[in-house]
Amino acid sequence: MSFEPTLLWAILLLPLTGFVVNGLTAFLAPERKQIPTLVGPGVVAAAFVIALVNFFRMSGAEHLDPVIVSYWSWMPVGSLQIDAALQLDQLSILMTLIITGVGSLIHIFSIGYMKADPGYPRYFAYLNLFVFFMLVLVLGANFPVMFVGWEGVGLCSYLLIGFWFKDREKADAGKKAFIVNRIGDFGFLVAMFLIFTNLGSLDFRDVFAAAPEMFTYGAPVVTAITLFLFLGATGKSAQIPLYVWLPDAMAGPTPVSALIHAATMVTAGVYMVARANVLFALAPLSSTVVAFVGALTALFAATIGLAQNDIKKVLAYSTVSQLGYMFIGVGVGAYAAGVFHLMTHAFFKALLFLGAGAVIHAMHEAFHATHKDWDPQDMRNMGGLRRFMPITWITMWVATLAIAGIWPFAGFFSKDEIIWQAAVHAVGPYAGWAKLIWFMALAAAILTAVYMTRLMILTFHGENRSGKEEAKHLHEVPPVMWVPLAVLAVLSVVGGWVNVPHEIADLPVLGWIPTSEWLHHWLEPLTHTADAIIAGNLGELSDTAPVGGGAGAWAVISFVLAAVVIALTARTLLGRSYRPAHEAAPATGFLRVLQNKWYVDEIYDAIVVRPVIATSRFLWRYVDQLIIDGLVNGAAHLARGFGAIGSRLQTGQLNTYAFAVIIGVILLLGFVVL
Amino acid sequence: MADQSLFLAVILFAIGTVGVLVRRNAIILFMCIELMLNAVNLAFVAFSRSVGIEGQVFVFFVMTVAAAEAAVGLAIIISIFRHLESVDVKDFNLLRG
Amino acid sequence: MTTLLWYIFAALAIGGGVGMVMGRQPVASLLSLVLTFFSLAAIYILLEAHFIAAVQIIVYAGAIMVLFLFVIMLLNLGHDYRADLRGLAWIVVGSVSAGVIGYMLSRALTTEGAIVDQGGAEMIDAALRNHNAVGAIALPMFRDYVVPFELTAVLLLVAMVGAVLLAKRRV
Repeated sequence: MSFEPTLLWAILLLPLTGFVVNGLTAFLAPERKQIPTLVGPGVVAAAFVIALVNFFRMSGAEHLDPVIVSYWSWMPVGSLQIDAALQLDQLSILMTLIITGVGSLIHIFSIGYMKADPGYPRYFAYLNLFVFFMLVLVLGANFPVMFVGWEGVGLCSYLLIGFWFKDREKADAGKKAFIVNRIGDFGFLVAMFLIFTNLGSLDFRDVFAAAPEMFTYGAPVVTAITLFLFLGATGKSAQIPLYVWLPDAMAGPTPVSALIHAATMVTAGVYMVARANVLFALAPLSSTVVAFVGALTALFAATIGLAQNDIKKVLAYSTVSQLGYMFIGVGVGAYAAGVFHLMTHAFFKALLFLGAGAVIHAMHEAFHATHKDWDPQDMRNMGGLRRFMPITWITMWVATLAIAGIWPFAGFFSKDEIIWQAAVHAVGPYAGWAKLIWFMALAAAILTAVYMTRLMILTFHGENRSGKEEAKHLHEVPPVMWVPLAVLAVLSVVGGWVNVPHEIADLPVLGWIPTSEWLHHWLEPLTHTADAIIAGNLGELSDTAPVGGGAGAWAVISFVLAAVVIALTARTLLGRSYRPAHEAAPATGFLRVLQNKWYVDEIYDAIVVRPVIATSRFLWRYVDQLIIDGLVNGAAHLARGFGAIGSRLQTGQLNTYAFAVIIGVILLLGFVVL
Repeated sequence: MADQSLFLAVILFAIGTVGVLVRRNAIILFMCIELMLNAVNLAFVAFSRSVGIEGQVFVFFVMTVAAAEAAVGLAIIISIFRHLESVDVKDFNLLRG
Repeated sequence: MTTLLWYIFAALAIGGGVGMVMGRQPVASLLSLVLTFFSLAAIYILLEAHFIAAVQIIVYAGAIMVLFLFVIMLLNLGHDYRADLRGLAWIVVGSVSAGVIGYMLSRALTTEGAIVDQGGAEMIDAALRNHNAVGAIALPMFRDYVVPFELTAVLLLVAMVGAVLLAKRRV
């Protein structure tokens, strides 16, 4: 018996309806805030319920082939047949649950966070539209439908980053995100063209079924396809070299950062690689590139995160870094591990961002009450907030321990699995690279623990630095904001328990949580082709890390390492006294390089932006104005010149015209007579 | 006599042509055209001596057309005269390029 | 006798035409043209086209020329004695063009086989005998050419409406 999805279309149409309703409210009655308050989170929560129903029915089903529902024929052009089709399978339902689940919580949080904003209905309209496009992205049954979602979320991201568009800097951040993403989209498009010319289809089912027969292992074509796909992924998922837009994207409202730039949209690249796992498995070079770029990004972004003072910037670089981990996972061939980290990261990073949102909300209100023009996002202006905001403090510590990889929090299981998978895949032609990746991932994990502890200490511990008057106005956020935090905190703890490998379950103490490689088995139907390709070509996987030691040993090592690093960092930082931002001495030396993000923006400006502007100016001044306009105007002048000659014949004198007629008569007579 | 009439028609037609080319008074231009039409009429009548009465029927039609043309043409001249206070075709130069 | 008359009238017609072209005043030109029309009417009679001759006098020399005269007087032309002849160059050009046309037409007429006598004169004589002058032309007109005849009626109506509209001060 095949599985029949329940109300699959409604999952998509509900957020779209929300967009329409909220959008109309924004146009017609922007002061009616109760409509978006109900509709905005309501539609997403309803979509979540439907997704949950589908999920449980799928869990119960015996034979679970991907269900493809084709609604209408979208682009029937010759041999190119593209339907507006949705695909419900283990991966897409998982992504749908994350998007609608975490999305609902963030929508609810937004009710409190955006309460005082005049653009309230517009905000929920954009957010609903985003959820719609994100669901199109993950539920699409072929590359073009996925691309529609891919572009749609980019649009919503742009709209929401530039939500406060009256601020020039924020509008520019939106444009930056849009333009940088275009580079990645170019890669995605080229990949689609290549797939179609080589495989004759763009449907996931046909492509992934045909690919292993069409391409030999490591064939240049499939390597090119996957590299272009990965270029698309680096744009959307903020990997080197296209990560620069994500930190700037923090200009948007903080719940937006939580939903789009942490939990869902930026993971689209990981989803895409996981979805195209067959292609990536066939291209070991591309896979290594994916993993290495991921590792490099993880380490690089973590170093920048060490020195940022803006609480959201730290989290932004942390997100970039964690996305790097996911790419390590899908790059080395552990697709389930990458998706697993995607899921847990959605929980704890959304929690971190919402917690930061709560902190900023409180700081903003405090500064606003006393008319102090300090930056409410600068951690140097915070300190000691745990007394005022205990719930936020506790939940954010949960998330911090999760992201740092402390047992039994979610991040421990997912991150450790990725690092371990990098180690065991260190065989075959690219073994040396895999070892390097493993080492970089480990180093980035240590840095993660450092910068997250620094964030917590600076924000919540020590003396309060916001000022005496302001401290009186600091208070915990309302329930509509802290309840989502609490829910996400619970998920950040138990979220990792769905995929506990048996190596850890066998350990003493740490093995308290029983083994449940549920996620691994759940995704198996989608990855088994890729797994078979990898197993068939790489041979036996390693069972020890590059420097020795088994899975269990390294789980303990990484746990202890993270715990020790957190403890050391906390001790060191608690011993220091900080000054508010305006009194702080400017950073010097290496710290300054880190604070300026390795000057990457400046380098890009010099080697990409300026040459492009110079070239454009040259093309404008000389090619366009001189040559093209000259040609066009020249043609007009030529026509006018001929016209002037022709108009000389028109004397306006009747006799002249009569003479012309007579000449004609003479000519005609001449023909008759002569 | 009919043959000589044809040559008379030719001469009258040539005179009309000269008039159209050298005169500038719009009314006289019209008269010249009438003369050319009459030359044609004469040719028709002369031909009717060899082909039959149809030649004279055509003269009748030509006269009708000439009458219509004269009526409309003179109305136009009056209309132009109101605007330009002149019937000199030298002044009718709106078509000059 | 008829040949002599023909020459006299032909000379008068040519003289009237030349006088019209050369006339300095519109009224003088007009009267010269009337002379030409009368001479042509006489030639029509000599060519046994009696009905046409009558219409020539009634319609042309009578109605159309009077219309011209009215217009000349209405516009009060004729006081201006300025010659409206164009320059010498145009006179030469006009004369040469007219000469060429005249030469070519004459040559066309003198070409062998240009004029074939199909017994027209006899037919006209017979028609005149049987149906008199009006009937001779009325028969083919209302029998063979009735549609063109009706169309000329329409043309005249249109011309009349157009002339009234154009000449009115304000529509």
